[in-house]
Amino acid sequence: MGEVNLSQVMDRNRSFVDRVIEESGQDIRQCYQCAKCSGGCPGSSAMDYPPNQIIRMLMLGMKEEVLKSHTIWVCMGCNTCTTRCIRDIQVAAVMDTLRQEAVRAGYVDKAKLVLSFNESFLWTVRTFGRLFEPGMAMINNLKTGNFMKDMQFGLPLMLKGKASMFPHRIKGRREMKKIFEKVQGGK
Amino acid sequence: MTKYAFYPGCSLETGGIEYGMSSHAVAEALGIELLEVPDWNCCGASSAHMTDHLLSLALPARILALAETLPVDEIVAPCAACHARFAAVEYELGRDEELKQKVNSLLERPYTGKVKLRYYLDIFSNSETLAEIEKKVKKPLKGLKVACYYGCLFVKPPKIVNFVDDPEDPQSMDNIIRALGAEPVQWPYKTECCGASLGVTLEDHCTKLCNDILRFARDSGADCIAAACPLCQANLDMRQVTVEKKYGVSYRMPIPFFTQLIGLALGLDPKTLGFPKLFVDPVSMLKKVGVA
Repeated sequence: MGEVNLSQVMDRNRSFVDRVIEESGQDIRQCYQCAKCSGGCPGSSAMDYPPNQIIRMLMLGMKEEVLKSHTIWVCMGCNTCTTRCIRDIQVAAVMDTLRQEAVRAGYVDKAKLVLSFNESFLWTVRTFGRLFEPGMAMINNLKTGNFMKDMQFGLPLMLKGKASMFPHRIKGRREMKKIFEKVQGGK
Repeated sequence: MTKYAFYPGCSLETGGIEYGMSSHAVAEALGIELLEVPDWNCCGASSAHMTDHLLSLALPARILALAETLPVDEIVAPCAACHARFAAVEYELGRDEELKQKVNSLLERPYTGKVKLRYYLDIFSNSETLAEIEKKVKKPLKGLKVACYYGCLFVKPPKIVNFVDDPEDPQSMDNIIRALGAEPVQWPYKTECCGASLGVTLEDHCTKLCNDILRFARDSGADCIAAACPLCQANLDMRQVTVEKKYGVSYRMPIPFFTQLIGLALGLDPKTLGFPKLFVDPVSMLKKVGVA
């Protein structure tokens, strides 16, 4: 992490921290570092900072370090941390806000696989109304360049009647399109 | 007859098709009516709530609004991820009128909150239905040891997703398994995370988590793991061969859905219940209870 002058960082990034508190609806300042969130976190062994450290870094205003971390992209949102927090902080909800902030600020290097998964997933939902897994896998593999990822499951899934070649299209597709356009600014 | 709005979610028609097949078969046998939400869409799952807060509420709110056209008071979602998204809508929109209006402005039919979310396991594990199950058991699953695996998002966080079960040591599925004549094993991984969509984005870590779950189930003497969430089930069942290869072990642990086990005990045909759809061959387990 290198050296960080905390008082300067705190001043510079106060508005960021306030926004995370506002957006997530979670008052992270209540945290007193008992670290129960990290103790129970199924992702912590694959993270660069455990969840309690992320919260502390946020309180100290360390915006870049937090948004560039692996941690926010390893979090699976299982909510074990939220369940066990004795200060009543929904830690997983903070992680959601941080992921959205990271994308907004352009810190996406460590997030490429997650983002392309989410984009491929949501593209099929926006287009057909429901998830279309073969389509999602194909788009995702094209985006990541990992063309054979999970392809070994394709044929067995089809043979077991667990995957269809064609998507189901719901009637309310226009409504779905409208929802996506309004929330994502027409993207 | 008890009626519920039923939200299958995308998995129950694809990867978790046997969960849908067995749910319908078992509900019919128990006199429970499951009415499918008309023209339902995908709830957006974790991809939506990682992307945009409003999107993550609008997608499930559309479904709940459509459920309000059905003659029901409650809705169930057999998938833990869908359940969690409905719970988030009830929790957030129930507390914030302004947010509710904002979400409703995106929808053609407004969400009012009239149809309440019910925990899927609870429609079987409530005392009345449990008594009904006990009465209708034709082939008790004697001697079958079952590791009950609940999935994180049905039980966590309790304040938001449900009010009927313990998030650290839930009992609803254990009670069902007992009613079937089988034995739920004591094990510590009932609600540990399977890695969810990390199977696609960070496979090594997902494989590790699944290995831990499978190992604990085996060491606890389980003949099978009963799942309640289609994503957990897919990770443990379809990806089990990946886990075995990576860790040089052989589990061959069948991962049926709890509804498939209820169906077996009620004497329904394993084919109707979707047993041939499982990746890990359940024949050892079926032989043990005398149906194969």
